Amino acid sequence: MENKVKVCVENLNVHYGEKQALFDVCMDINQNEITALIGPSGCGKSTFLRCLNRMNDVIDICKVEGSIKIDGQNIYDKDIQVEKLRERVGMVFQKPNPFPKSIFENVAYGPRIHGLAKDKTELEEIVHTSLKKAAIFDEVKDRLDETGTSLSGGQQQRLCIARAISVNPDVILMDEPCSALDPIATAKIEALMEDLKKEYTIIIVTHSMQQAARVSKKTGFFHLGNLIEVNDTETIFSTPANDKTLDYVTGRFG
Amino acid sequence: MNSNSLKISNENLKRRLNAERRFKFYGVIAISLALIFVLILFTNIISKGYSAFYRTLIEIKIEFNDKVQPEMFKQMSDTEINKLDLYSFSKKNIYSNFPNIEKKSDKKKIIKLFSIEFEEEIKTYINKNKNNLGNTINLYISASDDIDQIHKGNYSRDIPEERRRVSNFQLSIYDELVGQNKVKFEFNLPFFSRGDSREAELAGLGGSLIGSFFTMIIVLLLSFPFGLFGAIYLEEFSKRNRFTDFIEININNLAAVPSIVFGLLGLGILLNTFELPRSTALVGGITLSLMTLPTIIIATRASLRSVPPSIREGALAVGASKVQTVMHHVVPLALPGSITGTIIGIARALGETAPLLLIGMVAFIVDVPSSPLDPSTSLPVQAYLWNDSAERAYEEKTSAAIIILLSFLILFNLIAVFIRRKFETKW
Repeated sequence: MENKVKVCVENLNVHYGEKQALFDVCMDINQNEITALIGPSGCGKSTFLRCLNRMNDVIDICKVEGSIKIDGQNIYDKDIQVEKLRERVGMVFQKPNPFPKSIFENVAYGPRIHGLAKDKTELEEIVHTSLKKAAIFDEVKDRLDETGTSLSGGQQQRLCIARAISVNPDVILMDEPCSALDPIATAKIEALMEDLKKEYTIIIVTHSMQQAARVSKKTGFFHLGNLIEVNDTETIFSTPANDKTLDYVTGRFG
Repeated sequence: MNSNSLKISNENLKRRLNAERRFKFYGVIAISLALIFVLILFTNIISKGYSAFYRTLIEIKIEFNDKVQPEMFKQMSDTEINKLDLYSFSKKNIYSNFPNIEKKSDKKKIIKLFSIEFEEEIKTYINKNKNNLGNTINLYISASDDIDQIHKGNYSRDIPEERRRVSNFQLSIYDELVGQNKVKFEFNLPFFSRGDSREAELAGLGGSLIGSFFTMIIVLLLSFPFGLFGAIYLEEFSKRNRFTDFIEININNLAAVPSIVFGLLGLGILLNTFELPRSTALVGGITLSLMTLPTIIIATRASLRSVPPSIREGALAVGASKVQTVMHHVVPLALPGSITGTIIGIARALGETAPLLLIGMVAFIVDVPSSPLDPSTSLPVQAYLWNDSAERAYEEKTSAAIIILLSFLILFNLIAVFIRRKFETKW
């Protein structure tokens, strides 16, 4: 059974000044699924991911053409509020980047600026739920006042996930979320993603093909700014249509 | 590789190790030289200046008479007592402490052993004790600056009499007083509260301390907010183009402009064009702010730049706007660095003399300023003024002013180091 299409990318071209980073990328991403993006370094997969919540806006020389529709709404329309968009499309980064504030403040920040909680109890409710969803509540419930940076790497990353889901997004973008973590912390995050996909649409960029194979339903392979192939993960790893994909997934280059 | 190959040395390796040793040796020499110079500087200033922190007092006896009675003071207020003319009464009483001296010229010389304000000091004593005055009182009044210097040992008695400011006669009287145990030292509190004076024993740092304080307050109020927000705008919000590049180059140039140029600016624009009051802490503060501003902007920009981009991304990714990201996350992390830069900038402004000379803060000002709009001097200018004065007693005062100035600078720098250590964020 196919899930409904959540994100629809059409003819996406991205330039950094003179250099073109993405060429005519078209891709559909299904709701409540994990979609993995793989490819060698510099292939444009992170650029693609950052287009989905317009994080590239902060880079002056970056130009984006084409359309990205989330639930049918083009996020590059003039009247789109980026802050609202990022509330709906959360992001988790490669290196855990909790704010150097308390664990509570880390999670409470998003709901607070968006006015999601009417009073303190509601805010606490949101923070606790987010931490529970991110499977870190039990580990930190007694020390919510300690700084987020005092946690271990894996805990920090789950705290960042809690922060991302605290504003109740539809889509969560993950940019190599496990590349700075050890295998045990990685396993925890992967298990967590499995849970999260019931509520959210997850797009993950990863360098680990095993990870892509383990967690994702669909996989897209990027090479030199082109989306070479996108298909069910099983197909990509067993019988890809393109030779380059085959070479990459079998470890012949990359 | 056999085990011996690690032990056998060759010419090449020896040369390399020697070069390394030489390099370390040069470093040690450089540091030691610097330390020795600092040590010489401090010993010199402290040994010259410490004696200004105490002063010499001479005990005298005062007898009241029919005209000046203890009873009459009881009904008088402090101001009324201060208005009394007790000059000749005081003078006669001082003479009567030395009954053997009868020649008028000698009496004059005796009066010169005491501070010129002996009358005021006697009045102050009366004011303090007006309800329990006996018919005779013993009190200590300040010695003149020359006697003060002799008692401190700063002034040699071996100088021939005709070149000495204290005559042999005066010295003999002084020795007599010392013999009677009537000369003593006391902590020099007036040195910190009084304004400048032409009489060395009366001159104090009070006026310049307050002047410097007002000046620094003005500098802080002007340069910190402007510097902080200027730096935030330039670093976080402005687009990079030729115009902002031009501004950036100019800020860096401004930091290197000789301070006297700012003085000329203050003179030309603040005094001549806007006609602000001359010699005031207000004008001094504005002028020094111009000098501190680039330091603060550069320090703040550097600390803004050292906030990792991941923090900005984290805030943006949960939907914070640009201003929210900067104000909630970046600025709080950059603030310790900015404050450190501000303190160091202010410490530099505190020690600055040249621009203040041009805007008239070098005037001889006796009154302690009560607002930034009153004429005043500042600590380094006071040191400069005293250094120019002829009397021997100003030498120790110059060094004392520098000791105070250096203590403030060291204090400021310690605070800066403390803030940096305390709020240093580890990622």
